[in-house]
Amino acid sequence: MEGIYFDNNATTRVDEAVVEAMLPYFTEQFGNPSSMHSFGNKVGLAIKKARMQVQELLGAEHDSEIIFTSCGTESDSTAILSALKAQPERKEIITTTVEHPAILTLCAYLEKEGYKVHYLQVDGKGRLNLDEYKKLLTDQVAVVSVMWANNETGTFFPVVEMAELAHAAGAMFHTDAVQAVGKVPLNLKDTKIDMLSVSGHKLHAPKGVGVLYLKRGVRFRPLLRGGHQERGRRAGTENTTSIVGLGKAAEMALEAMAFENTEVKRLRDKLEAGILAKVPSSFVTGNPDDRLPNTSNIAFEYIEGEAILLLLNKFGIAASSGSACTSGSLEPSHVMRAMGIPYTAAHGTVRFSLSRYSTEAEVDRVIAVVPEIIAQLRKLSPYWDGDKPKAEPDKAFAPTYA
Amino acid sequence: MWDYSDKVKEHFFEPRNAGPLEDANGVGDVGSISCGDALRLMLKVEPETDIILDAHFQTFGCGSAIASSSALTEMIKGKTLDEALKVSNQDIADYLDGLPPEKMHCSVMGREALQAAVANYRGEVWSDDHEEGALVCKCFAIDAVLIEDTIRANNLSSVQDVTNYTKAGGGCSSCHEGIEEILVKVMAERGDSFKPGTPAKEEAPPAGMTNLQRIKKIEAVLESVRPQLKRDGGDIELLDVDGKTIYVSMTGACAGCQMEALTLQGIQQKLMEELKEFIKIVPTKAGALSRASCQP
Repeated sequence: MEGIYFDNNATTRVDEAVVEAMLPYFTEQFGNPSSMHSFGNKVGLAIKKARMQVQELLGAEHDSEIIFTSCGTESDSTAILSALKAQPERKEIITTTVEHPAILTLCAYLEKEGYKVHYLQVDGKGRLNLDEYKKLLTDQVAVVSVMWANNETGTFFPVVEMAELAHAAGAMFHTDAVQAVGKVPLNLKDTKIDMLSVSGHKLHAPKGVGVLYLKRGVRFRPLLRGGHQERGRRAGTENTTSIVGLGKAAEMALEAMAFENTEVKRLRDKLEAGILAKVPSSFVTGNPDDRLPNTSNIAFEYIEGEAILLLLNKFGIAASSGSACTSGSLEPSHVMRAMGIPYTAAHGTVRFSLSRYSTEAEVDRVIAVVPEIIAQLRKLSPYWDGDKPKAEPDKAFAPTYA
Repeated sequence: MWDYSDKVKEHFFEPRNAGPLEDANGVGDVGSISCGDALRLMLKVEPETDIILDAHFQTFGCGSAIASSSALTEMIKGKTLDEALKVSNQDIADYLDGLPPEKMHCSVMGREALQAAVANYRGEVWSDDHEEGALVCKCFAIDAVLIEDTIRANNLSSVQDVTNYTKAGGGCSSCHEGIEEILVKVMAERGDSFKPGTPAKEEAPPAGMTNLQRIKKIEAVLESVRPQLKRDGGDIELLDVDGKTIYVSMTGACAGCQMEALTLQGIQQKLMEELKEFIKIVPTKAGALSRASCQP
């Protein structure tokens, strides 16, 4: 049985055209782009082309604003650490409670190093309060880092507006846009965004390649120093094959932009409506009116997400969950907790993330399977009674050391 | 994805004894909703004999929580309450052919559920001061709360101390940064500061103890447990000693026994007490146990 892959926010399959573009750079075109001979020169030209393809996808003004890195996390760390190094007199950072661990774990570390980190709260739909943000923007803030779209719920943050505000306060603005790039039309040259992180494998390029967009003129201190690669801003021999692949993937993403926002969105909406219509005590998390076109995060109350995923997997369906167990931690997803989703629902959140390869038949199949699975697990749940939750579920089951 | 055994999958996909038990006369609710694993165990006990006639469960939790609940009900049916109370969480894990340490840590609640259900049957109130912290050492499933408490109770001040007292950090060593952070925090409480390189509290093995003396001590410990193993139709043999790793072979009825992991843990504890150092005991049969011999 062919599997159904609805976990595209975790990673995507590399498009065959991308693989085809990459292959010659393993064997025939193996040169080091820094070399003087023609072996290297041709590869140098291929990287130049990839840089322009990415520039176009991001709507960047100059191709030299594109710095190739190894992944989204490297881009995030480079951006934030650079902003702190370049402005040693500013000791504060503003970010949000719902960022990816690539930002949150770094910020927790920086707090130990003496920096003050402000975490913006979100409301029940995962939205920020911009008045709270404005109050925090002082001349002590070195950098603001706010994700473009949330990886779990797909909910957008108003980063273009927030960048304007940061700029007015003299702070740098970085956005982790790994989920948004390829799904949201971008025109960075018309924004005040100083830095932006991209991850190749989220848009059908291979794993192990990313981009840091760095607006021309923004003060920068490299993370990796060494050779002159990437104009001395990211030393280390280029991952040429993957960079070529990312270039091709960027070109294809631009072509598919309209499709992602119409057809993929239609399938996502159908999936979501189909599941919600058949499964009681379930709801969409995040802000359904302002989110990525491919993402649907549904909380199934009174059951646990890992169990749902294991049963889905038995039917060949791949998704992901915000439960504690799927990550081996003691708490459910920090994003769900930040939105105030109760534990009995947060552990049962399942994220379905589609791609342009998802089909109508797959959506129909998932709509058919999910209600059975949920009902099967609820039969085991101490909170559940027949076809509905017990009256006053928190009193009906209140385990010791809860 | 977790590497669950076939037995775990079997008990998850087709749980035994799931759902309410109408005429239950002992019910135990345990677990933690914040962690995402909680269990209601329902027993039907025959008052004259204290025998568990039937056991059912309802579980809010992950695959291993459901599988271990199912296993528990199978294990205790037909036992007397006192017999059933001897079932440990490790026994449940062994019954399921092992569980990942992260899961052992939070999703196996059988022993607690049993105690609660039996207390409920006997009209007692069961309380548990059980507190779980974030998992720090994944090799030996040791959490932050246990490490903090141990540092406090014994005035520990080095990572090696923590390893000697709790086993945490004795495997792959990637949690040493986390252990140092806990040391910094707890030592600050007592007005002390953590200094890397502080020698361990317990003296190292007595100076001058030769390899031969060490091996003789190990042999002596094994000799002391041998009669017990032989009574159960098994035996243990020392194969090699490589630094802190002691290789043994379990033979006879001990080989592949469900209690093997527990037995080895006990022997490891004895060896550590006798040698006054942290050691690992490794059975040569691969995959036989997960905790005592974790080789990350």
